[in-house]
Amino acid sequence: MTTKIGVVTFPGTLDDADAARAVELAGGQAVSLWHADANLHEVDAVILPGGFSYGDYLRCGAISRFAPVMTEVISAANAGMPVLGICNGFQILCESGLLPGALTRNESLHFICRDQVLRVENTDTSWTSQFDEGAEIVIPLKNGEGRFVADVETLKRLEDENRVVFRYREVNPNGSKNDIAGICNDVGNVVGLMPHPEHAIEELTGPSEDGLDLISSVLHTLAGGRVSA
Amino acid sequence: MTTATKTGIDTVSQATATPDEAQPHRELGLTDDEYEQIKKILGRRPTNSELAMYSVMWSEHCSYKSSKVHLKQFGEKQSDAGRKAMLVGIGENAGVVDIGDGWAVTFKVESHNHPSYIEPYQGAATGIGGIVRDILSMGARPLAVMDPLRFGPADGNDTKRVLPGIVAGIGGYGNCLGLPNIGGEIVFDASYAGNPLVNALCIGAMRHEDVHLASAKGVGNRVILYGARTGGDGIGGVSVLASETFSEGGPTKRPAVQVGDPFMEKLLIECTLEVLHAGLVEGIQDLGGAGISCATSELASNGDGGMHVVLDHVPLRDSSLSPEEILMSESQERMCAIVAPQNVAEFLAICKKWDVEAADLGEVTTSGRLTVEWRGEQIVNVPPRSVAHDGPVLERPLARPEWQDALIADSSSNLKRPQSAEELRETLLAMVASPNLADKSLVTDQYDRYVQGNTVLAQPEDAGVVRIDENTNLGVALATDCNARFVQLDPYIGAQLALAEAYRNVAATGATPLAVTDCLNFGSPEDPSVMWQFSEAVRGLADGCLELEVPVTGGNVSFYNQTGTTPILPTPVVGVLGVLDDVTKRTSMAWKDAGDLIYLVGSTRDELDGSEWAQVIHGHLGGVPPKLDLTAERELAKFLVGAGRNGKLVAAHDVSQGGVAQTLVEMALRANVGAHITLPNDVEPFVLLFSESAARAVTVIHPQDKDVFESACVRHGLEFADIGTVDSGNELTFAGQFAVSIDELRAAHVGTFPALFG
Repeated sequence: MTTKIGVVTFPGTLDDADAARAVELAGGQAVSLWHADANLHEVDAVILPGGFSYGDYLRCGAISRFAPVMTEVISAANAGMPVLGICNGFQILCESGLLPGALTRNESLHFICRDQVLRVENTDTSWTSQFDEGAEIVIPLKNGEGRFVADVETLKRLEDENRVVFRYREVNPNGSKNDIAGICNDVGNVVGLMPHPEHAIEELTGPSEDGLDLISSVLHTLAGGRVSA
Repeated sequence: MTTATKTGIDTVSQATATPDEAQPHRELGLTDDEYEQIKKILGRRPTNSELAMYSVMWSEHCSYKSSKVHLKQFGEKQSDAGRKAMLVGIGENAGVVDIGDGWAVTFKVESHNHPSYIEPYQGAATGIGGIVRDILSMGARPLAVMDPLRFGPADGNDTKRVLPGIVAGIGGYGNCLGLPNIGGEIVFDASYAGNPLVNALCIGAMRHEDVHLASAKGVGNRVILYGARTGGDGIGGVSVLASETFSEGGPTKRPAVQVGDPFMEKLLIECTLEVLHAGLVEGIQDLGGAGISCATSELASNGDGGMHVVLDHVPLRDSSLSPEEILMSESQERMCAIVAPQNVAEFLAICKKWDVEAADLGEVTTSGRLTVEWRGEQIVNVPPRSVAHDGPVLERPLARPEWQDALIADSSSNLKRPQSAEELRETLLAMVASPNLADKSLVTDQYDRYVQGNTVLAQPEDAGVVRIDENTNLGVALATDCNARFVQLDPYIGAQLALAEAYRNVAATGATPLAVTDCLNFGSPEDPSVMWQFSEAVRGLADGCLELEVPVTGGNVSFYNQTGTTPILPTPVVGVLGVLDDVTKRTSMAWKDAGDLIYLVGSTRDELDGSEWAQVIHGHLGGVPPKLDLTAERELAKFLVGAGRNGKLVAAHDVSQGGVAQTLVEMALRANVGAHITLPNDVEPFVLLFSESAARAVTVIHPQDKDVFESACVRHGLEFADIGTVDSGNELTFAGQFAVSIDELRAAHVGTFPALFG
């Protein structure tokens, strides 16, 4: 049976169709999930895609975390379901408490759209098992509030527990602490990153096809069993 | 308002009873003649609400009163091929073009110049919002945006004030809407100081059967206003801002810029597409300039002719608004739909799903009148056509400027040209670092070019290319261009050169040019010199479009772009749409492999008048623009499209501002790979490098395709020259002249914008 990956649409979500395209290209089945529907419709994994949910008014992700669907996402994530948050999705995961830290305004105070080199630091997560450790990949980055910050203890814990999943290479585009582009929770089923793997899935439209490997990874994880902590 | 009844409202019966009451028509921008005409139409004095409606709808911006007599050429001068491609022509919210396979594309460019001067961020943001709603109201899903921008001197104080805000507004709104920004222009010239140009283009696609029009048909159908609440922003924005020149010392009327909410617009897009696809909409119109006045009168005028609206039902952000203000408000993110009574419940349910507020304002009637009711009293009763379509038409006087001959006589031929190889090298570096030719990524990196996942090419490529159909790879290319310096030298030829450049840029990516949109930015129509420039430019554009068989499908006129009595350079921005039946075969501007051959296709003449070289090195503008040869342009385009489709082009890049030198530098920097260039002997190196002769492109092919390529050039009657090879080094070498490293070029090219605006 095809693996079902849910893609959540909040009001103001923008990259939902792109995330669904990535899922389908990688061989999964994309299932649309609606913010107001507290039901995951039997999906095997969930992607919170990028965008400006609720206009990013108040604070990025601060309103979306209260959406009915998030109650289900949070409890499924805590039960081990793979969850990927991209950009605004990462911000929502931080607001939800599924991931530590926060995303603040880019150091330049400008929105930045660029092809970004990342190093894959951790291949023991649900979403990175198909990468080689230390692999350098090119993924588009596009955000205004992507500077990852956390207190000293949290940063130390993230580093000590190998929970930094992606790190910016060559350029730290937004002033993120420790060049952090993406992190995971303590068991590796929940991953958040600012760059957009769903925009690096076709030679025609992206700078690489490296983004597909995140989806291939979760399909592999789901087919082969859970990622061990 | 000066009049008031006991209830504070000027009603139709009040207007009938007090025919001689003085009204502030002049303050609202109406002339005495126009006011008399309104009285004649109504058979009485207008109510204050009616006066407000006429004043806005008859403003220059809404009525095209000065331009109409010229613009009709776009409809008259049309080829059969051009007519055939057009599903919906000029006059609707945007033109619609057939691109095959049952797909239709709608696209349009519009100005938001004056609001962006006053409030750069919101002015630019709402410029995007407005053009996106135009595309949406045709039934299309918006796919991408582009922004042709013009500013005063790059180091000018005013530019430093407006540019960052305008860029942030375009990004802030467009990024939040989820529309990739795929191209545009940033041009600096002293004439735009105090009057920047902010043009916004949007393109959308739909299936043929999904095309919708702005008409209110079907008696008894409901008039539904949905989207944002109506507030006090942008009241009179159209008439006051777009139709008058800012003058120092005059009364200030500047609270009129609207405030945008891109989040609401995103909801409006999804909600609108859902109600359209559910088949719930009989007619639809966006609310832009002139707000409810415009939407209701245009819908009624295009439909069965009658409509009754209860203004009390309009959801308000500010309950103290008067009916006149509600009618004139230009609050953003609103749409008006005509919905059959049996579909209203489902329509409202979809609005609710998207958290979009909707209100039933009234109904389509057979009365032939647009009637508006407020607190139980009739405040508007007008023939809708008289408001929307039968506005005044002016034959403004026009006169070729007295200075035109002197300008033409002042050729660039006396300017000192670089003599030695070292001077050529210095010139090249100065040119690539000059603001108009420098790298713009400081700006364009603030725009999302990836969202929607269909962007095949984006800036700095010659044209933006987006995929429309993922199954067939059908796609479109779009480019906007205008070298206003050429238009100043000769508006008739200059406008056609703008068309030719955009046409060439589209073809360079491999797309067949299909249709045109234009944004005609000029000074005051009350100045006969400006009116002459305008009429010549329109005549040129219409003639050029006829000859190239690309119809003008729509666009926009922006007058009164001047500071004091000094108008901007005449700037008819031309957008050309092209079709690629297979976007995987698009041609990029980046060369790749060492050993590939570099060709210059097209004829180079000694044409430096109006060039960037004359501007950058000598601050000079005079003479005559480069020769226009539309036959050569068409053959070059056919050649580029054919070679691209056959897979024979590794890279192609148009030659325009800055000449061949700039083209080669951009190709090398895009690829990060050098080349060895051998300039042909028959042209002076300086001329070859910096002349801006039109109808040229630099193309790159694999060596084994040499014969096929050259015979194709011959077949199309195109001059060509093998000018070098891509090499594996990190230098751009001009044999016998000079060499410059990629690093040095990049430093010069990329350093300018951060130094100015970083």
